[in-house]
Amino acid sequence: MRTEVDLRAAVAAGVLSASRGRAPLLQSIADVARAIFGARASSIMLFDEARAELVFEAVSGEGEELLGRRIPKDTGIAGWVLGARDPIVVDDVAHDPRFAADFARGTGYVPQGIMAAPLLLEDRALGVLSILDRPKRASLSLVELDLLGLFAHQSAVALELFEAGRRAQAALDGDGELAVLARLAAALDGQGAEGRSASIALMAALERVLSPTD
Amino acid sequence: MIADELPAWSLGDAGVDPVTLPSGWPEALDRSWAFGDGLGTGVRVAIVDSGVDASHPVVAGPLERAVVVELDHDGRGTVEEDAVGDVSGHGTACAGIIRALAPGCELTSVRVLGADLTGGGDALVAGLRWAVHEGHDVVNLSLSTTKARFAEALHELTDLAYFGGCLLVASAHNMPVASWPWRFAPVLSVASHARHDSETFFHNPSPPVEFHARGIDVEVGWGGGTTIRASGNSFATPHMSAMAARVLGAHPGLRPFEVKTALRLSANNVKGGADAHGG
Repeated sequence: MRTEVDLRAAVAAGVLSASRGRAPLLQSIADVARAIFGARASSIMLFDEARAELVFEAVSGEGEELLGRRIPKDTGIAGWVLGARDPIVVDDVAHDPRFAADFARGTGYVPQGIMAAPLLLEDRALGVLSILDRPKRASLSLVELDLLGLFAHQSAVALELFEAGRRAQAALDGDGELAVLARLAAALDGQGAEGRSASIALMAALERVLSPTD
Repeated sequence: MIADELPAWSLGDAGVDPVTLPSGWPEALDRSWAFGDGLGTGVRVAIVDSGVDASHPVVAGPLERAVVVELDHDGRGTVEEDAVGDVSGHGTACAGIIRALAPGCELTSVRVLGADLTGGGDALVAGLRWAVHEGHDVVNLSLSTTKARFAEALHELTDLAYFGGCLLVASAHNMPVASWPWRFAPVLSVASHARHDSETFFHNPSPPVEFHARGIDVEVGWGGGTTIRASGNSFATPHMSAMAARVLGAHPGLRPFEVKTALRLSANNVKGGADAHGG
């Protein structure tokens, strides 16, 4: 199943270089999240499963120097959210035992309140979206909590598209069986009208040869 | 306005759908009948979670039992006595809510989650199976798994519990993702309303979530003897477990569907029936 997905993605990569837009997408998600909630800062940490770490991939507002920083996957409120796969709202982090106070002090910006949601795609947690210091309100509304979860989910869906692009890029750059298909797709895309028409006819003939006969 | 359009499970600001019973409904059901003295005395409630800190003031009393699921390399779980308590605080939060609302019930902790609330479906399935086989009246599940491969085993367990007289009370996920076992019909599924009143709960005429209970900005006990303010369906669920314990304390032996019915008929948004006509 995954091979078929990669195959399609690899061919698509011949005409679409998706991975170039990854950093701007992440930054946009962080910026929009901060704007939605009127917060002082927001961040996206992605989960590096191989190293069991969370990586700051985008920061909006306070703490921009955190970009690229890595923390163990179970650190602080973001780590809790990654494990629990559940959004959380903490209005007074100083009194929450899950808060990684030492880490925050080390960054020079210690938030008072955090809301965070996992970037979930089916049974995979891709990372954590955190919103820091949204304006104090009398109480949290359900609309805010729902909006946080919904926006995090949309972000995860967008991220997955880019992950597919990244896999496709890997296939395009590699020497594996899929790479030739991706190179063919790229070559086809670069041809003029006449050559393109001939190439498509040739590939259609190849398809007939390869197709099972009754 | 936005709340109406959000495909999330919590009860939006737009309000509660009123439920009017048919006028031919034979008898009115009020909370004094449904809950009796409201203590839930003798009802056995299992909390399948991160453990429970029995020494925390919110738990206010000893546990009937505390066990932990240990997994072997093949993912097979065995259940052993647990002296660790709560590795997170999440289970203690649930226990505190239940004890506050149904102080007469017996609590058992079934630890299936780690400190960061990771646990895996194998531990959840093994812990839930144990809780059902041990004959608990109510099982509180303020958790769910997003791993579809555990759905079948969980579905079987929800049926087993239902036929065995064990009411599973389970949290809807807080995000629009598929998760289990709360969606299965034998389960009493719970999401949040935003009112700051632990006694208020609503029946939802539009399942899969069947009840809304207090789940926003709830003061709960947490790890290390602390208290925090927390939000989410995890904290709405023990409110309904406690209400179920009250019903079973007043009416021992009711089947899960009868407890559900009693709770529906005593929900804050359900009116009508013979009572509306002076019956």
